[in-house]
Amino acid sequence: MATQTDVRDLHAVGSEEDQAGQAYFDKIIADDSRIEPADWMPEGYRKTLTRQISQHAHSEIIGMQPEANFITRAPSLKRKAILMAKVQDEAGHGLYLYSAAETLGTPREELFDQLLTGKAKYSSIFNYPALTWADMGAIGWLVDGAAIVNQVPLCRASYGPYGRAMVRVCKEESFHQRQGFEILLELANGTEAQKQMAQDAINRFYAPALMMFGPNDDESPNSQQSMRWNIKRFSNDELRQRFVGMIQEQVKVLGLTLPDDQIRFNEETGKWEYGELDWNEFYEVLKGRGPCNAQRMERRREAHENGAWVREAASAYAAKQSQKAQVA
Amino acid sequence: MATSDQTAMSTSAKTPAAEAAHPVDRSSWPLWEVFVRSARGLSHVHAGSLHAPDAEMAVRNARDLYTRRNEGVSLWVVPASAIVASDPDAKGAFFESPQGKDYRHAMYYKKSEGVKHL
Repeated sequence: MATQTDVRDLHAVGSEEDQAGQAYFDKIIADDSRIEPADWMPEGYRKTLTRQISQHAHSEIIGMQPEANFITRAPSLKRKAILMAKVQDEAGHGLYLYSAAETLGTPREELFDQLLTGKAKYSSIFNYPALTWADMGAIGWLVDGAAIVNQVPLCRASYGPYGRAMVRVCKEESFHQRQGFEILLELANGTEAQKQMAQDAINRFYAPALMMFGPNDDESPNSQQSMRWNIKRFSNDELRQRFVGMIQEQVKVLGLTLPDDQIRFNEETGKWEYGELDWNEFYEVLKGRGPCNAQRMERRREAHENGAWVREAASAYAAKQSQKAQVA
Repeated sequence: MATSDQTAMSTSAKTPAAEAAHPVDRSSWPLWEVFVRSARGLSHVHAGSLHAPDAEMAVRNARDLYTRRNEGVSLWVVPASAIVASDPDAKGAFFESPQGKDYRHAMYYKKSEGVKHL
């Protein structure tokens, strides 16, 4: 059992190492270089990244659900194939991100467990229902569009494995956004009812998509630290304004409108402005009281449990083969 | 010498595997590092990692995960535990010797400037 002195000694040794580590870490951040898994890093940096990357991974995995639900209802074989490719991509993105999160020291099973037990959060956008085929369009255009605006700067995040995962994700994400836009464009040029369906989908997904960038800057205390660590490169509001500027232009091509009559470009600030968002709703959904939270979690647990026999069989087969190899 | 994110982690990770809230239904599968040859004539390059129960599943999963868009013509999967990495704590010291040895580079030799085909 450690005596009082032992503990102090240990602590002294640790802190000296920590000081050297901190100095090296600070220099790498100041040089805008990259931190790699074996480097010393402050506990807060490790924790923040583990939380952010794993939540990001969980969002990709839960994000498979609204679109997977529509694979059987997609209007053509081509659209089914596209949707399957997209859902497969989301699974892939989840796996890239889990790998990156794992390099910070938390095992994969523990990350899965945090999602399944509801301990970890995922993006609130996936707790909204997808009601019509037009929603597949709105999700691709607005939800994946917002994700791209958020993710492109993350390719330069100071943590190497995260940045590398994001490069891979961003390359694949633009297909998602374009196919969504095309779904809406086709509906917008269809019958009056189809046009209405597209407009309705945009009306429902506009505000939740804007809220994907997170709370306003003055309500987001962790952002400051993340920006000092070069994890985040732009604030939530900066990214949101940028996104509004993009979609207000794109919606004209669709011949549809955004459900916000306060969108305007402020010449003085050089920024896009938009109407007040309902942040109470955002926090309600975040706390688990959104329209689909319970359903999404139930499906996820179901899928995990129903897949157990496959994982067990694969493990058993691997064990048997390696035993055979040892005997031979 | 090859280095990998996860191998490096295993030498420095301080976080012990925490107790799961409910029992995990599989013993954890080994980690594999994936290398992809993007075209004939090029080397295999590290693409990322994945978990799989055995080598065969690792290759199949690597195909599904890292070559969905014709990114590769050949794959290597290597158990992460088999990779030997340089000591992460040695920082620069291990790689310092080339410093001050500019003469190893062609640019060091200036007098021959302007001489053709040299």
